[in-house]
Amino acid sequence: MPRHVVARVDEIPAGTCKIVTVRGREIGIFNVKDSFYGLINRCPHQGAPLCEGAIVSRLVSSLPGEYGLSRPGEMIRCPWHCWEFDITTGKSLCDPNSMQARMFNVEVEPGKDLVEGPFVAEAVEVSVEDRYVVVTM
Amino acid sequence: MDSATPAPPPAGAIDCDVHINLPSTRVLLPHFDPYWREHITRRGLERESLDTTSFPANAPINGRPDWRPDNAPPGSLLPALQSHILDHFQLRHAIGNVLNGAQVIFSEDLSAAYCRAINNWLQKEWLDRDPRLRASIVVPVHSAELAAEEIHRMAGDTRFVQVLMLSMAELPLGRRQTWPIYKAATEYDLPIGIHAGSSYRHPPSAGGWGSYYLEDYVSHAQGFAASMNSLVAEGVFQKFPTLKVVLMESGVSWLPAALWRLDKTWRGVRAETPWLEVLPTEIVRQHIRLTLQPFDAPPTEPQLITLLEQLGSDELLLFSTDYPHWHFDGDEALPAGLPDALRQKICIDNPLATYPRLRT
Ligand code: FES
Repeated sequence: MPRHVVARVDEIPAGTCKIVTVRGREIGIFNVKDSFYGLINRCPHQGAPLCEGAIVSRLVSSLPGEYGLSRPGEMIRCPWHCWEFDITTGKSLCDPNSMQARMFNVEVEPGKDLVEGPFVAEAVEVSVEDRYVVVTM
Repeated sequence: MDSATPAPPPAGAIDCDVHINLPSTRVLLPHFDPYWREHITRRGLERESLDTTSFPANAPINGRPDWRPDNAPPGSLLPALQSHILDHFQLRHAIGNVLNGAQVIFSEDLSAAYCRAINNWLQKEWLDRDPRLRASIVVPVHSAELAAEEIHRMAGDTRFVQVLMLSMAELPLGRRQTWPIYKAATEYDLPIGIHAGSSYRHPPSAGGWGSYYLEDYVSHAQGFAASMNSLVAEGVFQKFPTLKVVLMESGVSWLPAALWRLDKTWRGVRAETPWLEVLPTEIVRQHIRLTLQPFDAPPTEPQLITLLEQLGSDELLLFSTDYPHWHFDGDEALPAGLPDALRQKICIDNPLATYPRLRT
């Protein structure tokens, strides 16, 4: 499968998302504590631009009245009906087994490797000094 | 129902909602302690009927014609109850529920005193006189502390198999003020039986006071749905994971649609109640049961089967006659068209699974 250079790493600081288009498909590239994930920008519920939602934590509670934040910055909340999805797996919180957002394989590569190997660099200029986000699809 | 004729329940069935009525408030006098007996007689309260507004004794629906004794309110005579249902249907047990204004009187202490007297009266006049009878502990529903005290007082008598509450009280039933009742009940593995009824601090309809019984009775389904929502949303079943709740005289057909809506809405707003980790439907199926009569069955048998499928579990329904209320004639206590295996579950297995004290 072709590999697509979609962004320079420093364009997507930790805790943010950049929406890119690969082969006509919108993908949200998330930087979660310097790990990168690619999620389709279409909510499996009714098709909202999922990756434009708020990046949130997972709220947990073992008992009513007890509140905890876990996995800060690892969830995305759909902008339409507020279903929450795990950025690292694509699984919804409400129905993790049957309601999932499609994930894409995302890797970070140094520019010096990319200038040699076969890849598709649509709107990205590659230089040997930088590091790049590469999507395989 | 067009094809099948309704058959009576199998012998050994457990009737999970039978009404035991006070023939008069006066019968309670021997069952008060001296202080409250004098309080009651000084005020002449023994001459007052505390019938609840929802269940006036003379309304036709509240006493099936052939179950009405000549000179007493329906449901107030043990021999009548024995011949009408215990013997007639060869019941293993019947669970008696006393619905009385005593449960909702504004004065919490007076309410508690009445409830103690009612429970004492139930023991002496009913439970001691027929080994098939079981009962719900009557509690002052607006005073959680006093209600819990009464649960502790009565729980030693294992013929009391659940705690009786009403579907519409001063507060939605899941609110934390009410939790002492659930705490006490779960200490003894007693289910909470929530019966149709209101303390009428609020209109039964969220839209305001209706003019007719038609509105009042139909609104009860909304009251039950609201109670269910409150219990689920407030996390009562996370706090008390062994708690079982039995909705009595609730009707059944409202439940699937209420659950669809609850599940759908939960998906978007679950962050507000992070203790709800699974679909509300799963919580309800695990913790909530419903008695059968009055069964608001759809008009045809195929539709009935669809409704049963929509309930999604054969463990939810518990047999009840709702004696002496008039919801069916003759022996037609079970709707026609129920599969045989389900009849057995509704009449015997599900009640036994719901009420631990019926298993010992
Ligand atoms: S479209 Fe995303 S939650 Fe409905």
